Amino acid sequence: MSGYRTDHSRARGLGSAKHGAGHWIAERVSALALIPLCVWIIFAAVRLSSAGYGDAVNFVSNPINATLIFLLIAVTFWHMHAGVRVVVEDYIQDHLGKIALLILNLFICALGGTLAAFSVLKVAFTNGSF
Amino acid sequence: MADAKDRPLSPHLQVWRFHITMFVSIMHRVTGCGLYAGALIGAWWAAALAGGPVTYNNFLGVLGSIPGKVVLFGLTICMFFHLGNGIRHLFFDMGEGFDLKTADFSAWALMGFTAVATLFTWGLAYATGGI
Repeated sequence: MSGYRTDHSRARGLGSAKHGAGHWIAERVSALALIPLCVWIIFAAVRLSSAGYGDAVNFVSNPINATLIFLLIAVTFWHMHAGVRVVVEDYIQDHLGKIALLILNLFICALGGTLAAFSVLKVAFTNGSF
Repeated sequence: MADAKDRPLSPHLQVWRFHITMFVSIMHRVTGCGLYAGALIGAWWAAALAGGPVTYNNFLGVLGSIPGKVVLFGLTICMFFHLGNGIRHLFFDMGEGFDLKTADFSAWALMGFTAVATLFTWGLAYATGGI
């Protein structure tokens, strides 16, 4: 049957998936959001390094801190999934191995991000005056 | 797909001579992968805090140990490098700073920034009793 197809018909669908620009822009926008969030969390981490359990709970229970941590988690885990996805796509040539690593990357990021977000919400909702 | 294994790997390490911009570009991916582990340690921090005082103190014990501090110090380097170079790349994406002189300068400035910011952060933690 393929002998009857036109050159144009055979070439169709072989190009890019047309999703690249969206992925590229989303990586940059998440990077932009992470600039202030990372600077903030570095100083928060320095503060918490000399504090105990109670201070950490109080820190997370503050509504503004809880909001910023929640955003940091969401954007960070999205950004790292996008970044490592590109690394896997660039360096892994084996088709099955590539798909396995892409799925593993997605599952690790989804699990880590959900665990972190749920934990922060649990602390914020059960210990603070939210 | 039969000759897929013969294709050169990105970023074609074998055809470039060493250069600071090349080193910084490679390290952006390396530090990004390091921060991947760092984010998972962050998730572990949140889970330990949600677990209560006992699990949280266990967590502080692990991170406060010598190996824990070495990992945290490495992650601080990764953080400032990736943050600084991320900003550098956002300028590149806007078409700024692409000429060799500026790109070389910003790459060296990034190395300086990473060193100073890392030492400042650990100095601050030391001064406030965190380490």
